[in-house]
Amino acid sequence: MGMQSVRSLASALALGASLLASQALAKSDITIAMQLEPPHLDPTSAAAQAIDSVVYTNIFEGLTRFMGDGSVVPGLAESWEISDDGTEYTFKLRDGVTFHDGSTMDAEDVKFSLDRATAEDSANAQKALFAGIESVEVVDPLTVKVTLSEPNGNFLFNLAWGDAVIVAPESIENIKTNPVGTGAFTFGNWVQGDSITLNRNPDYWGDQPALETATFKFISDPTAAFAAMMAEDIDVFDNFPAPENLPQFEADPRFQVLVGSTEGETILSTNNKQPPFDDIRVRQALAHAIDRQAIVDGAMFGYGTPIGTHFAPHHPAYVDLTGNSAHDPEKARALLAEAGFADGFETTLHLPPPSYARRGGEIIAAQLADVGITAEIINVEWAQWLESVFKGKEFGLTIVSHTEPMDIGIYARPEYYFQYDSTDFQALMGTLNATTDPGERTRLLGEAQRLISNDYVNGYLFQLAKLGVAKAGVQGLWENAPTAAIDLTAISWSE
Amino acid sequence: MSRNLILGTFLSSLVLLAALLSFVWTPYDYAALNIPDKLRPPNAQHWFGTDHFGRDMFSMIMVGARTSIAVALVAVGIGVGFGVPLGLTAAARKGSWWDEVIMRGNDLVFAFPSLVIAILITAVFGAGAINAIIAIGIFNIPVFARITRGAALSLWEREFILAARVSGKGAARISTEHILPNVANLLIVQGTIQFSLGILAEAGLSYVGLGAQPPTPSWGRMLADAQTMVSFAPHLALIPGLAIIVTVLGLNLLGDGLRDWLDPRIRVART
Repeated sequence: MGMQSVRSLASALALGASLLASQALAKSDITIAMQLEPPHLDPTSAAAQAIDSVVYTNIFEGLTRFMGDGSVVPGLAESWEISDDGTEYTFKLRDGVTFHDGSTMDAEDVKFSLDRATAEDSANAQKALFAGIESVEVVDPLTVKVTLSEPNGNFLFNLAWGDAVIVAPESIENIKTNPVGTGAFTFGNWVQGDSITLNRNPDYWGDQPALETATFKFISDPTAAFAAMMAEDIDVFDNFPAPENLPQFEADPRFQVLVGSTEGETILSTNNKQPPFDDIRVRQALAHAIDRQAIVDGAMFGYGTPIGTHFAPHHPAYVDLTGNSAHDPEKARALLAEAGFADGFETTLHLPPPSYARRGGEIIAAQLADVGITAEIINVEWAQWLESVFKGKEFGLTIVSHTEPMDIGIYARPEYYFQYDSTDFQALMGTLNATTDPGERTRLLGEAQRLISNDYVNGYLFQLAKLGVAKAGVQGLWENAPTAAIDLTAISWSE
Repeated sequence: MSRNLILGTFLSSLVLLAALLSFVWTPYDYAALNIPDKLRPPNAQHWFGTDHFGRDMFSMIMVGARTSIAVALVAVGIGVGFGVPLGLTAAARKGSWWDEVIMRGNDLVFAFPSLVIAILITAVFGAGAINAIIAIGIFNIPVFARITRGAALSLWEREFILAARVSGKGAARISTEHILPNVANLLIVQGTIQFSLGILAEAGLSYVGLGAQPPTPSWGRMLADAQTMVSFAPHLALIPGLAIIVTVLGLNLLGDGLRDWLDPRIRVART
């Protein structure tokens, strides 16, 4: 065989291969990359966001669910009635819903799931969501009555969280490695350290999703993430870790960039019990020493909205309090002098791995140095951060993004790692939880935001942006992240 | 003087001068952030451009040279300080249990890949310049112990040592008065080589985040920070990379040149 014929054979083969490839391009599969791998797949027993990203609405569903715009709509509950005093919720469940193992989803499963979350020994990471539940009663196979000890205006919102999904007693034992839910996708397999595959559930009660299979790939290194995206090895990067690379994706017609908001309030958490931070003047000085815009520009390359309190700016009840802690180094120095630290002081700044913390920390350390505070930077891994900062409370300052939706309630927990103990705030949260009138709730939420802003509990930096990168043909991605989720049911390929 | 020696001396002293000068003068404050001015390519105001926080890269490279040299110098100091006495005593008591203990101990340390153990040490005891120095220093000890023992052993067979013994000098005095001066050349050459390896090790450790901590500039961390920005701001990676190359190349040429200049016999013996 001459050289020429080898070549033509090769090109014929290549043509065949590309024909095959283009056939496969009528795509029903997708590869979605995320930075962190979930520790296991049970959303009801861990706080790790990565679990929800994989399983929320895909494998597991709750009585209610979040939509991409943050609204709460019916999930497994078709409808509900609320008693006049606001303490009794009667849920009407959807008929004909089955778990992936074939068993029927009924009122018993709902009771099992809620009882499990509220139990004494519950491992649920968000027990506060269920705190008001007094009893769960099965009325008939498709009707459940939940009785609360007091009215809770947030109850339907709480039930939409990934921590409140409905699980079955039949499959609970292996939920961490083989999750069995009611969702539109079934668990395929998990290659530890690499990827998780989900397959379409042909018996799904709702509309069949456009995708047949979805692969979640875990890429923690930002450089590798950039390379994998550029090489088109992955179709979507859920939240791209290197904001500096986004202009390149924007300029490239192969890709689309979706900049949205998350529920992540990025804050300079301050140990309120540790001197000198137990002095409000010192905390106020910290707040005035910080130049938020410089942090957003320097650490996030401009992506992120400055905040002045622990509340998401896209929420209707948000109050802009950034003026309360405007950048004013003079004032910061004066406040420090007043508190007896005219020559400044030394403290520690623990920084977990994400670039908002590592880069933001370098900028904040320089800004604090400018007013005389020496913050020693200590870079830590997440495990170390959880152990020494979050659980051990051994820190002066740290930077972290609080990504749970509507989590201002953490300020009512004096044992929470930043240890803010205010009876005023705790009372306010009590009133808020007992209020169902929307207007009154908005007013109370505003008051709560002002209270923590005026107490300078933490340094409020910016709302973390969601930086999605995807191939141009991918449709239906959530632009914002009202909760950690990658809703596969909405995703499809154009053409 | 050979070409190697001249070029090596020139490059090494360039870096050393930059490091020394940084104590009294840098064009800008190396830690001053100027975010609106970030990612500027090299220009008249900023000779090496600015980094992602708008810091002056030239000033950072100068202070980074200081970090690198300080870490490598102390690490070599640890190697010489512990390794040379160990090597001398081992040679003085050749074949004794003491010699065995020292040399097998050396083998033990040599058996581990040095950078991996350095990562282990800094991961356990915390990241930072001091722990990096200790980690790199420990691995310099067997290098100097071996080279000292090897050279000393052949010296012990020589007539002038025999003469010293006959005149009643003890092993300790012979080692310090006769052996040490005669292995000094060798140690200087080896010291230069180890110095350049120390600079590489420090860059490696700070690249993985275990070296000097911010805001202290370090070449390795500058490289790591530049990683995601190489495609649109190549000077961020090129400049610290070139700084490392120039330093290591300079020191290696210097070491080579010194070896040829100080003792041609060694070269013959080695090749």
